[in-house]
Amino acid sequence: MVDISVTRTARRPIRWTVLLDHAVLIAGSLFMLLPLLIVLQTTTMPDTDIIQHGPQLKIGDQFDENLQKAMVQASGFSGENTGLRMMLNSFILGLGFAFGKIVLGMMAAYALVYFRLRFATIAFWLIFTTLLLPLEVRILPSYKVVQNLGMLNTYHGLIVPLIASATATFFFRQFFRSVPEELVEAARIDGAGPVKFFVDILVPLSQTMIAAMFIIMFVYGWNQYLWPTMITTEESMYTLVRGIKQITQVLEGAAVPEFGRSNLLAIIAVVPPVAIVIFFQSWFVKGLTESDK
Amino acid sequence: MAEVKLNSVRKIYPNGAEAVTPSSFHIQDGEFVVLVGPSGCGKSTLLRMIAGLEEITEGELMIGDRVVNHTDPADRDIAMVFQNYALYPHMTVKKNIAYGLKNRKTPGDEIERKVAEAAQMLNLGDYLDRKPSQLSGGQRQRVAMGRAIVRDPALFLFDEPLSNLDAKLRNQMRIEIKALQRRLGVTSIYVTHDQVEAMTMADRIIVLNGGRIEQIGSPSEIYHNPTSTFVASFMGAPPMNLLDARIADGTVQLDGGAHVAAAPNGKTGPVTLGIRPEDVKLDAAGALHFDIDLIEELGAHRLLHGKVAGQPFTTHLLKDVTVEPGRHGVRIDPSKLCLFDTTGSRL
Ligand SMILES: Nc1ncnc2c1ncn2[C@@H]1O[C@H](COP(=O)(O)OP(=O)(O)OP(=O)(O)O)[C@@H](O)[C@H]1O
Ligand SMILES: [Mg+2]
Repeated sequence: MVDISVTRTARRPIRWTVLLDHAVLIAGSLFMLLPLLIVLQTTTMPDTDIIQHGPQLKIGDQFDENLQKAMVQASGFSGENTGLRMMLNSFILGLGFAFGKIVLGMMAAYALVYFRLRFATIAFWLIFTTLLLPLEVRILPSYKVVQNLGMLNTYHGLIVPLIASATATFFFRQFFRSVPEELVEAARIDGAGPVKFFVDILVPLSQTMIAAMFIIMFVYGWNQYLWPTMITTEESMYTLVRGIKQITQVLEGAAVPEFGRSNLLAIIAVVPPVAIVIFFQSWFVKGLTESDK
Repeated sequence: MAEVKLNSVRKIYPNGAEAVTPSSFHIQDGEFVVLVGPSGCGKSTLLRMIAGLEEITEGELMIGDRVVNHTDPADRDIAMVFQNYALYPHMTVKKNIAYGLKNRKTPGDEIERKVAEAAQMLNLGDYLDRKPSQLSGGQRQRVAMGRAIVRDPALFLFDEPLSNLDAKLRNQMRIEIKALQRRLGVTSIYVTHDQVEAMTMADRIIVLNGGRIEQIGSPSEIYHNPTSTFVASFMGAPPMNLLDARIADGTVQLDGGAHVAAAPNGKTGPVTLGIRPEDVKLDAAGALHFDIDLIEELGAHRLLHGKVAGQPFTTHLLKDVTVEPGRHGVRIDPSKLCLFDTTGSRL
């Protein structure tokens, strides 16, 4: 055998465009990450220090204490809005929001695509135009409805009014329309009724799509701020994003705001969405770009 | 097992297009019928009406002794094999085959037994745990067949099941499907636009053209006695030679004046003369002159393309006879001649 591996060790010339690409990417990442790092730094400092000097380049020794305060200490009167509690609430909101949107969106899309509804197209466009009416626009009537139904300070009050989703319906509709007609017909001949077809065939086929939707919707739900602020007045119902503000807002005379604690909570609030995106990245890309058919 | 009867079955699509004109035929129990015709002639529409996937606009459809016009596909006791196989991509081969049985609440052990039986019949034993995406085209086709046969239906429906396979595999699957159908004895309707498939597989062929039944008959009837120029030119490769001619003085004459055969009684005027390429013999003493332009080598035989009386013409020559391009005399066997009137129907 002739050894041909020699050629492989030859140095590749440095390509300037590659360097440039990387420089742009690194600059972009720093731009996004630096604020987080600064916030992280402040969590290691005593609050008085932060108020005096602002962010610095040294790492202090208050991290443990701040973590302790952030997770288990309550800030309000009832003592129920601990970091852990708020995190749980945020999870319930994120999961309920994502789950609700996916289930509702899939079922709406199923009806629109597979059933001969007389006004299917009109219905679709009506659903679609709700994209122009986000929660912020209809927040007063929504609040009134929820209040009249006695759903203030409940989880369903927090979740249900948000889950009717044009986005999910739209994506699932596009996906279902790309499922081959013959598959539907084969299933019909195989004796699968509408429910069986949905559960046995359509849902498994939509796996990657569901995963992608889940990520988007979870992050969206987790980051909700306005609605939880309106709906929840009891401290045990606070979500992270809403609760953090409460901490820096304590107006007890000359008390120093707890910057360390609230900044640490801010970091903690960022972690789950980031983790979900990182873990499900490949699914995410797959779901939005290719279909497994 | 069942007979299928169509009584003036008609299809008009919601957009007003009449895809199938009122059509009637009767398929015997255990018969293998092939629906053949050019693209867009309504074959799939007809088949899908029988399957229940498309509503019947008018007429009556019977499978067995039931009128099934308004019966759900699942309750028609049929199985269908689709052109693109339509396998469930997320299920293993085994689950694909078993799905129809499962939906019919067949007991688990019976499903196991039937799937194993079908897998053995179709040589799918080694692939039962694979997903369809891990199979070759031919194997997928077999899975689709398996899904049809485990159900023991009264009627098989095939919509161009082989058109996605390469030529060699198609020949092989053609034989397998036909053999399987013989063995199971299930009434079958098979749609194709490939006349070779139609000729080789069918007990009876139904030729469709523009939503109309052009002819129904055994492959040999269709081949030797086409009732119209459409059938004559659609069936057979190469197709039947069709020449413009006229009847005068009691004989059929080509445009150049050559007398070909005695005419049937009482006809005069222009006609179309049809003759299969293999029914033409090279003969120096023949009455017709054939100007050969092109010789097509096919191994077992050759095709000679050229002109007779200024019109395109093809004949068939066995491999051990040699011939050069140029003018040759040919003789036509008068008993093999088909005459059509100017509208294209058989005289
Ligand atoms: N859903 C529909 N709406 C309106 N017209 C249709 C519809 N489906 C088919 N057609 C028309 O009906 C005619 C017959 O269609 P069909 O699919 O039965 O043809 P085919 O013989 O199966 O052709 P191919 O060999 O190409 O599959 C065609 O002219 C087609 O354009
Ligand atoms: Mg077709």
